[in-house]
Amino acid sequence: MTTISSDHVKASPKSDIAFILKKAFISAAVALVLFSLMIGVRTEAGPTGQLIYWTRFDDLAAIVAAVFGGSILVEAARRWLGPIGPGTLVPASVQGVVAQSGRFLAPALLVFTLLVPVIFYNQRYILDLGILVLTYVMLGWGLNVVVGLAGLLDLGYVAFYAVGAYSYALLATSFDLSFWVCLPLAGLLAACWGVMLGFPVLRLRGDYLAIVTLAFGEIIRLVILNWQSLTGGPNGISSIPRPTLFGIPLTNDDDGLAALLGIEYSPTHRIVFLFYVILGLALLTNWVTIRLRRLPIGRAWEALREDEIACRALGINTTTTKLTAFATGAMFGGFAGAFFATRQGFISPESFTFQESALVLAIVVLGGMGSQLGVAIAALCMIGGFELFRGLDQYRMLVLGMAMVLLMIWRPRGIIGHRAPTVYLKKAEAISSDLVKEGHG
Amino acid sequence: MAYFAQQLINGLVLGSIYGLIAIGYTMVYGIVGMINFAHGDIFMIGGFIAMITFLILLSFGLTAAPVVLLVMLLVAMAITALYGWTVERIAYRPLRHSFRLAPMLSAIGMSFVLTNYSQVSQGARVKPLPPIVTGGYTLVEHEGFVVQLSNVQILVVLTTIVLLAIFTWLVSRTRIGRDMRACEQDQTMASLLGVDVDRTISMTFVIGAALASVAGIMYLLYYGLVDFFMGFVAGIKAFTAAVLGGIGSLPGAMVGGLAIGLIETFWSAYFSVEYKDVAAFSILIVVLIFMPTGLLGRPEVEKV
Repeated sequence: MTTISSDHVKASPKSDIAFILKKAFISAAVALVLFSLMIGVRTEAGPTGQLIYWTRFDDLAAIVAAVFGGSILVEAARRWLGPIGPGTLVPASVQGVVAQSGRFLAPALLVFTLLVPVIFYNQRYILDLGILVLTYVMLGWGLNVVVGLAGLLDLGYVAFYAVGAYSYALLATSFDLSFWVCLPLAGLLAACWGVMLGFPVLRLRGDYLAIVTLAFGEIIRLVILNWQSLTGGPNGISSIPRPTLFGIPLTNDDDGLAALLGIEYSPTHRIVFLFYVILGLALLTNWVTIRLRRLPIGRAWEALREDEIACRALGINTTTTKLTAFATGAMFGGFAGAFFATRQGFISPESFTFQESALVLAIVVLGGMGSQLGVAIAALCMIGGFELFRGLDQYRMLVLGMAMVLLMIWRPRGIIGHRAPTVYLKKAEAISSDLVKEGHG
Repeated sequence: MAYFAQQLINGLVLGSIYGLIAIGYTMVYGIVGMINFAHGDIFMIGGFIAMITFLILLSFGLTAAPVVLLVMLLVAMAITALYGWTVERIAYRPLRHSFRLAPMLSAIGMSFVLTNYSQVSQGARVKPLPPIVTGGYTLVEHEGFVVQLSNVQILVVLTTIVLLAIFTWLVSRTRIGRDMRACEQDQTMASLLGVDVDRTISMTFVIGAALASVAGIMYLLYYGLVDFFMGFVAGIKAFTAAVLGGIGSLPGAMVGGLAIGLIETFWSAYFSVEYKDVAAFSILIVVLIFMPTGLLGRPEVEKV
C-alpha cells in the first residue's frame, strides 16, 4: 500500500489528476445507483392506507455531487499528503503533549466536576445533563472492566443495567426498602446475572461471545416486556421512591433535610444530591477498577485480553478470571441501573434496548478500551454532543455508526490510544497505540 | 393434525427466508472469519428496494404478477449486491489486518448506519403493501381445521430451491466458486497461486447480499410489509440458523434456517407468541454451549 502511493507521488501531476477524476467518477456512479431508489424516491402510506411515492431527485443529485467532491478531496489529500494514519492525523509532538497533560487533565476534570453544582447551581438543565453524562461515564467504566481489561466483547451490557434498575424498583415498591439498602442488593443481583451469563459463554471467544451476550441482553428485555404481572410489561414501573440522605428525605416536609438544617427548601437540592451520588458511584467504580488492576486478578484480566492460550499455559484459571470480570462489570452496571431508576422515578423496557448497549460500547471503544480517562472524555463528548445537536436527533445513530467505522479505520485504539502499563521494571513509560496490539486469542 | 400440518408449512416457508439470509453469514464467516453484523440490514434494504420498485412499476401500469416479480427480483438483487460490495469496501477491507475486535465493531457501526439511513430516507412508519401474489390451494379439510397452501408460500419455497441450485453450482463448478473455497482454506496460499483474494472476498459479499435481497423480497411478499427495523431481529435469527447448521457450512445454513423457522412457528403455535424471539435466542445460546460446531460444521482448530 505504501509503496504504491509513493510511486504515484513521483508520477506526473497530469496522470494524478486523471486518476483522481476516474476514481471520483466511479464513486459518484456507485453512489448514484445506491441512492437512486432509497433517496431518489420517498414512499409513505397515503391517506387511504395505500402506499404512495414522490421523487426527490434534487436530494439525490446533491448527495451524488457531494460524493463526487468528497472523493476528489480525499483522494487528493491521500496523494499529496501521504497515507492517512494516526501518525499523520495527529503529529507525534501533539501526542506527546496529550500524554503529558493527561497527568494533570484527570485531576483538573475531577475538580471541575466537583464544582459543577456550585458553578451551575441555578441552571437545572446543565445539572441534569451532568447527571446523565456521569451515568454514562459510570456505565462506560463498568463495561471497561469487561471489554477494556478482560477483552471480552459484551454487547448485552444493558441487561445488567436493566436488572439493577428493576431490582431497585421492585424491592423499593414492594418491600419499601430504602435506596441505600437496595443499592448493594441491586449490584449483587446484577453480579449474579453476570455470573449466570458468564458460565455458558466461558468457552466462547470474540465474535461468538459478542452475539451470545447480545442475545442475552435481548432475552432479558423481552422477558421484562412480557412478564406483565411482575414488571408491568410495556407500561413499566412508576412512582419509584426518591433517594434519601440516610433516611432524611429531600422534600419540603417538616422532617425534610431543608427543615432540619433550617434553610429554605428548593427542588434543586435533590438534583445536586443526585449529582453527588452518581459522582460518588462513578468514582467508586473508577477506584475499584484502578485497585483491581494492581491485584493479581486485574493482571490476569489483562493477560487474558492479550492472549488466552498463553494465559492458560501459564496456569491462570481462565474460568474464574472471566467470571470475575463479568461479575464485576455487571455489578457496576447494576449500581448504575439502581441510580437510573431512582433518578427517573419511572422505568420501562424502552430504556434498555440494544442501542443503549451499543452506545456504552461505543463510549468504551472511542475512549480507547482500557483507558479510564479516555472513557470519561468519550462519554462527555458523545452525550454532550447528542445534547448539542438535539434538533438533528434522527441522525443520531447515523453519526454514531459512522464514527465507529471511521474510528476503527483510523484509530482502532480510540481517541486516547495511550495505555500506561500496569507492570514495569523501573519507570512507567506510556506505550504508544502503534505498539499495542491485541493477540489473536 | 391439520393444525400441525399447517404449522409445518408455515415453518418451512419462514425457514426458507431465514436460510437465504443465513447463507450470507456463513459464507462471510467461512472466508473472512468475521460476523457481518450489517447483513440483517442488507436484507432490510433489499426489501425496501423491492417495495419501491413495485410502486414505480405500479404507477406505470404494470400489474402482471410474473413480470413485476421478475423486475423486482432483478432490480433488488443488483442494487442490494452493490450495497454489499460498498459495505465491504468501506468498512471491512481497511480492517483486514487490524486487531480482532475491530471488524466486529465496524460492522455494528455499519449496521447502525444502514438502519438509520433507511429510517431517515424512507420514514419510520411501517410500509404496508397490497398482496402481489394471491390465491392458493386448500389441501385438507378436517374437523373444521383447514390446511392451506397459498401461492406465495409455493413461490417462496420454489424460489429458494432454484436459488440454492444456482448457488451450489456457482460454488462447486465455477472459477469464482473455486477461488472462494481456496480462500476459505488458506488466503495466503491462494494468493500465491494467483487467486485475487480481495476480489474473491468482494464477490462473497456481493453474492451474500444478493441472496439476502431475495430473502427481503420473500419477506415482503409473505408478510406484505417492510420497516426499517426488521433487519435486526431477522439478522440475529438468521445468524442463529447459521450457527445451528455449523458456521462455514453452506448446506448447514439452509438446514439451520429451516430448523429455526420450524422451531419458531411451533413455539408460537403451541406455547406463546410473546416468547418466540426468546425461544430463538435461547437456542442460539444452547447450541453454542453444547455443540459450538453446529449440525454440519467442522470443529475449529485452535491455533497459537
